Amino acid sequence: MHFEYNVEGGNFTRAGYASSEIKKIMKQLNVDMGIIKRTVVACYEAEVNVVAHAYSGTIYVDVSTESITIKLVDEGPGIPDIDLAMQEGYSTASSKVREMGFGAGMGLPNIKKNADKLEISSLVNKGTTLEITMFFN
Amino acid sequence: MAVKYFHHALKFRKEVCIGCSHCMNVCPTEAIRIHGGKAELTDNRCVDCGKCYMACPVGAIIVEQDDFSRIFEYQHRVALIPNVLLGQFPEKVSINQICSVLHDLGFTHIFEVEHGTRILEGAMKEYMQMHSQTKPLISTFCPAIVRLIQVQFPALIENLILLKAPLDIAATYLRKKLIAEGAKADEIGIFYITPCAAKIAAVKSPVGEDTSDITGVINMDFIFNKVYTSVKQGHTGKNTCQVPSLSALEPDEMLWSLTEGESSLMPGRALAIDEISNVIEFLERLENEEHCDIDFLELRACDQSCAGGILTSGNRFFTVERLRKQAREVAQGKASKSEHHQADSMEQYRDYLMENIGLKKVLPRSMNKLDDDTKRAMLKMQMVREIMKSLPYVDCGLCGSPTCNALAQDIAQGRAEITHCIFIQKKYEQKQWLSYNESMEIMKEIWGGDKFGEHKN
Repeated sequence: MHFEYNVEGGNFTRAGYASSEIKKIMKQLNVDMGIIKRTVVACYEAEVNVVAHAYSGTIYVDVSTESITIKLVDEGPGIPDIDLAMQEGYSTASSKVREMGFGAGMGLPNIKKNADKLEISSLVNKGTTLEITMFFN
Repeated sequence: MAVKYFHHALKFRKEVCIGCSHCMNVCPTEAIRIHGGKAELTDNRCVDCGKCYMACPVGAIIVEQDDFSRIFEYQHRVALIPNVLLGQFPEKVSINQICSVLHDLGFTHIFEVEHGTRILEGAMKEYMQMHSQTKPLISTFCPAIVRLIQVQFPALIENLILLKAPLDIAATYLRKKLIAEGAKADEIGIFYITPCAAKIAAVKSPVGEDTSDITGVINMDFIFNKVYTSVKQGHTGKNTCQVPSLSALEPDEMLWSLTEGESSLMPGRALAIDEISNVIEFLERLENEEHCDIDFLELRACDQSCAGGILTSGNRFFTVERLRKQAREVAQGKASKSEHHQADSMEQYRDYLMENIGLKKVLPRSMNKLDDDTKRAMLKMQMVREIMKSLPYVDCGLCGSPTCNALAQDIAQGRAEITHCIFIQKKYEQKQWLSYNESMEIMKEIWGGDKFGEHKN
């Protein structure tokens, strides 16, 4: 089953909408609570990343009886050095973003920690694609 | 047949129900449907918050209580009263008057629930220390909230503070004390005067406990009316009773059941949220967070917490103001400070009460799932999505389900038909897939014949 959600860059008031919807879907499918929890944490973090860094983005969700794949495609500055961005504490967030409690440099490492599978590709000045996969069994 | 998890104190009286759907539209867990012109409750979704009771214009929803005469089956008859009872009355009605009338009604002992909070406060702080890695810890004081978490937020079950409510601690204490004073266990009847339906349900089918020390439950409005009638008729109570315990409550204890009653006492960062829709909104948000800076969450289903209980008679804001005023007066030492001997004797039983203060595991009862089996749930979800494409997103409720989405789910679960939707009916009539009479029959099936002029004799 396929779902799509738009994400607006810079609009934190709506950040988390897609994650909430994905959570609802997984609850309806009676997926294990622990898996839902990890998915939502990873997905929320990724969604906020798009809001914080990109101009716009789309979240494509594909869910089967075995797994859920959440692909976040954004148009934005991209990540010049993915390895560096994967390090805990590394952050490019502006002070405005940090004031709101975001941008502590835990984003990507945290997504990786919670996701069963994480793939990142990025082009500077084009955008970033993040693919989070969770397995139900 | 689904397993019935909960006892419900809220009962729908079919013979009184006019099928107006007010209750269906306010239910925060979408537990109500209309069929045959009557409201029907899905038991396992209901959390006993009582929103439906408040919304019903004809009194078709009642809160089941124990027959008052049951108290006379016991030699020792204890009225276990929450402090909000005292806040129901205008200030000129004294505590002594209220207690006298309770004695006249037949109670031999009167004890305030909040005496149980002293021991609980310490136990909660200890619990928070022992579980400091779990954030936020959530109070189990409000039984409607515990049930809400079970059915809608099962992932948060591990955040619940597994300690008994002050009510249960007070009851355990009273039983122990009366037995120590020579009473036989089967001669003791402990009756709780409840401000809400959720507390009744919690006594009748406790969550996390095997049995309850409480014998029965009496609705607060019943007691209020008895007392107030008596006061209005000028009776001050024939029984000039001793009420040594009642003024011995500390200000903190007096305010425990009000909003911020617990959160103001807990260490660290504590947050209090009242009213069930507010709680649901917050918990939805909380589920997305991996890390939360809040240490303690006090969640109450009613606006103004227990002062807003559905069985209270006074205005909830006045009740809060009165109780806060009383607490301030006690704090300033204005009110007569009687001896603390009731509470002190509770201290004697501290060890026993602490041994029995824990709750067992609270189990998830998820009602979000479309099916236990993920494959079947997936098929149903696909069906819901397909159905939603043809529904109008108006949430008018004319189909007998509270929202378009709820109807789509009901259809997928085999509990409703797509033609229940009035928009679909119009469309089908135009395409001549459905005759005018057929669609009329469908509406009668949902809303009953009377609404279409078929009067029953």
